Amino acid sequence: MPDGSLDRLKREGRIVVVGASLAGLRAAETLRDKGFEGTLTMIGDEPYEPYDRPPLSKQVLLGKATADHTALPRRREIDAEWRLGVPASGLDMATRRVKLADGDEVPYDRLMIATGVRARPWPNEAEGELDGVFVLRTRDDGVGLARHLDAGPRRVLVIGAGFTGSEIASACRERGLEVTVAERGDAPLVGALGGVIGAVAAEMHRENGVDLRTGVMVTRLEGDTTGRVRAAHFSDGTTLECDVVVVSLGAQRNTEWLAGSGLGAGPRGIACDAGCRAFDVRGIVTDDVFVAGDVARSPHPLFGYQFLSLEHWGNAVAQAETAAHNMLSESSDRRPHIWVPAFWSSQFGVNIKSVGVPSMGTEIMITQGSRAERRFTGVYGYQGRVIGAVTFDNCRWLQFYEQQIEATAPFPPPFPTVDRRSDGQRPIPADFPDPSVPTHGPTITLSGYSPADRRMTFTPAGH
Amino acid sequence: MRLVVDLNRCQGYAQCAFLAPDVFAMHGDEGLLYDPEAESAQRERVAQAVAACPVQAILVDEMDMAAAGRTAASAEAPHA
Ligand SMILES: Cc1cc2nc3c(=O)[nH]c(=O)nc-3n(C[C@H](O)[C@H](O)[C@H](O)COP(=O)(O)OP(=O)(O)OC[C@H]3O[C@@H](n4cnc5c(N)ncnc54)[C@H](O)[C@@H]3O)c2cc1C
Ligand code: SF4
Repeated sequence: MPDGSLDRLKREGRIVVVGASLAGLRAAETLRDKGFEGTLTMIGDEPYEPYDRPPLSKQVLLGKATADHTALPRRREIDAEWRLGVPASGLDMATRRVKLADGDEVPYDRLMIATGVRARPWPNEAEGELDGVFVLRTRDDGVGLARHLDAGPRRVLVIGAGFTGSEIASACRERGLEVTVAERGDAPLVGALGGVIGAVAAEMHRENGVDLRTGVMVTRLEGDTTGRVRAAHFSDGTTLECDVVVVSLGAQRNTEWLAGSGLGAGPRGIACDAGCRAFDVRGIVTDDVFVAGDVARSPHPLFGYQFLSLEHWGNAVAQAETAAHNMLSESSDRRPHIWVPAFWSSQFGVNIKSVGVPSMGTEIMITQGSRAERRFTGVYGYQGRVIGAVTFDNCRWLQFYEQQIEATAPFPPPFPTVDRRSDGQRPIPADFPDPSVPTHGPTITLSGYSPADRRMTFTPAGH
Repeated sequence: MRLVVDLNRCQGYAQCAFLAPDVFAMHGDEGLLYDPEAESAQRERVAQAVAACPVQAILVDEMDMAAAGRTAASAEAPHA
């Protein structure tokens, strides 16, 4: 839309949101809040209205809620045209149209992409389709898994000990189910929080009766004659009988539908500027395509302007609000999305929270409490500054460290007054694994500086 | 009625669990579990919890609240 036509966009424009979940809904609400009166179309491949995912690995598995009862509350009426149960299959940026898998096309003046991520499936398709084998990302997954756990399986195998895998194992134990966790890394949560905290997580698993096996891979799942899973084979040659398997190997970004569209979208997400405007494959920022939530990667000034991909609930909300605001603003009124990453998890009765980018940290110092008590604050340092923090049952300290991160405060923290036990005398190496080893669970990825993954051949003029 | 708690914000003050124990429960020392789709009979209590949460972490469906006439929105917050 040419300059000066913002009022017309607000009055009679067409805004299309692809991805009808947390980020999509909050963007839609913000658009209406900001006075958008035009046509709003919400496109979602799931047949359900937007629902909340975090309860799927917590309340739902504990039987405190059901997966079909996590529909998100609305902050206001959004008066949208809903196209649910049909995926977007393509994008034509020149004619500004979203193509749908049912053959329809929806024109837009502004487009908001919030297609999120999906669970990485078990690599062997036939084994992944055995009855009793699950991933956990969607409401349907949650319904199926909860039903299988209700049936009282003899043993559950969780493959991958990231946040989601650990939460599933914790819920199983709380229900009295036998559970084995297989993790390729040295400990649970190492990719997100490093080996020092991973060791605490490993103790928590074992104390709670989880059969935790680290440094091991599941090589094969085996079914019985009726197509139900019955056993798993491990890289150390052992076999485990199990009748439910949850594959919890992290996520893949939902960007395939944008292939060939010319948008800077790839396996690492959709690159955008700090104002949530998507880049095209040439590294040029678009004016009418915005992104938010798990599918986005955007540069962050606190982390060296590197592109940051977050699989965090709070980020989806905040980024959606910023994207929607900018979509309806003149360039001088736009805001950057410079949210400090924040995340929570709950497992084995312990409340785990983090801020900043712990995985950038090279050192950690326990500044409050102690690891042995499972109640502490760990602060991560990177090149002499505070870059992240984690708390185990100590969340009221988090805000303080969030301010420290924002202020690029020095590391190790110098304050002499804090409650420092023997744990906290000095920083120790945070012990993150080789970054090329994939991590699991909702976490943070720093994905470099390049706006688009696709390389171009550079041919200087006149040659 | 639908609700969601921003657990980044929640600091485990347990006001909600005290005011609407059928909807909110502490899980461990500072974790919170809640029923995202509470019975409508709980509307009044949930509204009290929303008002009492010291960090305003509880979001309740706008349409549900409109139906409740926002009667409890002015309820005394025990923190105040
Ligand atoms: C089990 C589980 C537990 C979690 N726990 C926590 C937690 O404790 N703390 C935390 O901070 N975060 C947690 N998260 C992460 C959090 O849920 C996500 O960050 C959040 O859902 C991101 O929202 P989103 O809208 O960006 O993406 P999503 O919620 O992934 O939504 C994207 C939507 O787009 C749809 N879609 C994809 N492709 C297309 C297409 N081509 N056309 C149409 N629609 C499409 C998808 O089906 C989906 O409905 C958890 C996630 C899961 C799965
Ligand atoms: S009252 Fe608010 S801060 Fe306290 S537990 Fe409930 S939601 Fe959390």
